[in-house]
Amino acid sequence: MSVRPSADGLAVELSGITKRFPGVVANYDVSLQVRPGTIHAIVGENGAGKSTLMKTLYGMHQPDEGHIVVNGQPVVFRSPTDAIAVGIGMVHQHFKLADNLTILENIILGDEPVGGRGRIKFGEARQRITELAHTIGVEFDPDTLVGQLGVGQRQRVEILKVLYRGAQILILDEPTAVLVPQEVEELFATLKRLVAEGRTVIFISHKLDEVLTYCDEITVIRQGTTVGSTTPSQVDRRGLAEMMVGSDLPNPSGRTTAVGTREVLRVTGLDVAGKAAGAKLALEDVSLVVHEAEVVGIAGVEGNGQFELCEAILGLADTVRGSVEIDGVDRSGDETKVRLTSGLSYIPFDRHREGLLLDAPLWENTMLGREQDPSLTSGPFVVRRKAEADARAIIERFGVRTPSEQVPAFALSGGNQQKLVVGREMATDPKILLAAHPTRGVDVGAQAAIWEELRHARDNGLGVLLVSADLEELIGMSDRILVMFDGRVTAELNPREITPEKLGSYMTGEMQGAGR
Amino acid sequence: MNSARLQRAAVTAASSILAVGVALVISAIILLVTGKDPIKAFSTLFGAAGDTRVLQGMANRATPLMISAAAVAIGFKMNLFNIGVEGQMRVALLTTAVVGAAVDLPPVLHVTFCLIVAMVAGAAWSGIAGYLKVKRGVNEVISTIMLNFIALSLVAWAFDDFFRVESATESLLVKTEELPRSAWMPDLVDRRLNGMLIIAILVLVVFWVLIWKTKFGFRLRASGGNSGAARATGVNPKKMILISMLISGAFAGLVGMRALLGDVHAYQNNLAEQQGFNGIAVALLGRNHPLGIFFSAMLFGFLGEASGRLQLEDIPKEITVIMTGTIVLAVVIINEAVKRWDDRRIQRKAAATLEAERVAKDAVTA
Repeated sequence: MSVRPSADGLAVELSGITKRFPGVVANYDVSLQVRPGTIHAIVGENGAGKSTLMKTLYGMHQPDEGHIVVNGQPVVFRSPTDAIAVGIGMVHQHFKLADNLTILENIILGDEPVGGRGRIKFGEARQRITELAHTIGVEFDPDTLVGQLGVGQRQRVEILKVLYRGAQILILDEPTAVLVPQEVEELFATLKRLVAEGRTVIFISHKLDEVLTYCDEITVIRQGTTVGSTTPSQVDRRGLAEMMVGSDLPNPSGRTTAVGTREVLRVTGLDVAGKAAGAKLALEDVSLVVHEAEVVGIAGVEGNGQFELCEAILGLADTVRGSVEIDGVDRSGDETKVRLTSGLSYIPFDRHREGLLLDAPLWENTMLGREQDPSLTSGPFVVRRKAEADARAIIERFGVRTPSEQVPAFALSGGNQQKLVVGREMATDPKILLAAHPTRGVDVGAQAAIWEELRHARDNGLGVLLVSADLEELIGMSDRILVMFDGRVTAELNPREITPEKLGSYMTGEMQGAGR
Repeated sequence: MNSARLQRAAVTAASSILAVGVALVISAIILLVTGKDPIKAFSTLFGAAGDTRVLQGMANRATPLMISAAAVAIGFKMNLFNIGVEGQMRVALLTTAVVGAAVDLPPVLHVTFCLIVAMVAGAAWSGIAGYLKVKRGVNEVISTIMLNFIALSLVAWAFDDFFRVESATESLLVKTEELPRSAWMPDLVDRRLNGMLIIAILVLVVFWVLIWKTKFGFRLRASGGNSGAARATGVNPKKMILISMLISGAFAGLVGMRALLGDVHAYQNNLAEQQGFNGIAVALLGRNHPLGIFFSAMLFGFLGEASGRLQLEDIPKEITVIMTGTIVLAVVIINEAVKRWDDRRIQRKAAATLEAERVAKDAVTA
């Protein structure tokens, strides 16, 4: 709470912001002071409530309590249009650009300068865009198709689009998640120019290093509320991490049993084709082994092949070469269903996209993927009574907080949805579990419960391939950590000897080797 | 049946009934504007419900609608929009008329044989769209519309060039060779209600059991509800698309059978026309549920049957067509609004229940 400038002269001031969603409080009593002409970082873990807060500031939803003051004026935003009107702009994490339009067309889209008889004044627009591009130090031809641009350039177009609409305060939602390190530097060079011009940047991130290197002030959010503000000169990485995760961080570490010797998963020389035709391989010569009662962690910046690895093990990817053995049997040619019924389970990356039928009742959700389980069926028929009893057992065992198994899945909070998915995947007594971000976006209580359940299953012989972006989770849970970079496994590390900092530099490809 | 399910069913039914009410109001306004008396129109229309003959006609008209709505609904259940029921029906009509007349079988067997031929023919035609989607990624909306046009022309050409028979008695009406009596679907009420109604109800029962009671149906609904989750849990999406298109087409093949086996007993141009398209509206109003489809088909059948009476009162019978159209529009809009409201209600209720539990638990521990 060291930075507390006088209330006047602030670009943005939020006080007492509370936002509830049914069943969860996403933000509680959040305060934020952003001085003009600064890069202000909002940091916090996944699911801490950063994005909810920024959506409030951008008018995408209304807070239940609290006040927003912009440039000294109290404001109420009923939609993003209101926020844009007072000079707030947002650059979303996922770009909203049309590939088949030019840079110029994308920028003016929805805010076209119209002359007499309804004609768009392209000349005027081109001149303004060129000027704006100049102020942020980028050079490009406004008539280039956006489809031909790289990720970093597209982001620059998004920024120009926001500036074109007159934004003085820019919100960037995890802008570096999609960038390679060199592009990150370019982005911050652009942002520095913007603040030098007197604009203000609010920068959402959970990457401590870039926050400490490039930002002027930092506000930390934990479990939906602000825990404090600081500056890079007052805090080091360790201190900031502690603010982010809190002292009551559930401890994922500790094992009492030994790793087994039997291989429950063996992946050999796996190549997976890239998304587009002619693209480079998404997965290149990946080999790994998971033993009985062993947790193997997969570390890596998102998009370095972790998803493709899981898809290939499941038999969902376009595998070019290599083999997958599950519980000692070569399953390379088998369908997904066969693999999933022969000892493999999968906690998917995104529970909404791949894990749940949101509109369906919980008992149907716990049956998903297990619909041929003889204990739930009779011949070709589903036995509803049995499926419901089974759902109740999973709900009970995994502490899913719900009124009953008849409630549709969308009515549950994120943590309880995730516990349901974990419970379903464990219910088949798997030999090997692919756990992709098993605790992403869940509250601390659910996180501890899921960790406990995984550890317990591991002690009973379950092999786990754990893909995670949470370095504490990786280091705490894993017996070995494999680092993935650019579609390959680039290092094998001992979690007892590695620090999050060192792991970070392996993940960015700066360091390689160690046992490989 | 527990209370939560009952509530959801009640909300669903209420929103459909509301939609019909809104359509009535809009139709009344249109009648008023055109200078007719809406009260007289509606009392004439619904007064017809007292007449057994009208009710028989209603059920008879509803028969093909039930089947074609089931064909559309099975696609809807997994987010496939089969607009090709009309074309599949047409292919099945001519195939069955020709093949059915060429064989000689005992009575019950002959009808069964004809129904099977119709289903196979319908499935073969819809299978083309399924194949194109699975192998080539062609959107089924586009392919089924195109296949409708192709079916229409193909059938018309095949009929005209190969299968038409000049009749001595009805020289103006060209038909295929008449089906032998053994292939006729008997009437339940002579000349007013055909036995195909039993088959239609059977189709709805099969549809219900298949979709809501079997493993296959669960996978199909899962694919429709969240294709990503279905895929990740081992459901083969291509296989599901192909199978559901085939079943949809098999149902579609049966749509025209009341007209063919129960009425005309030969193929002729315009036979059962539009019945494939009308199923889409019935499926929408019936919310893709067999019970809903049953009542919606009956409602549409009733409006069609009773509309004739309006003309006696000098009210244009097209008002029932307007009503049908507005019902469908109102259903689409109201369903969406009601679903949002109901989702919020369920979410709030779940949160409140949990909150109450937590407070109770805290009180115990304190």
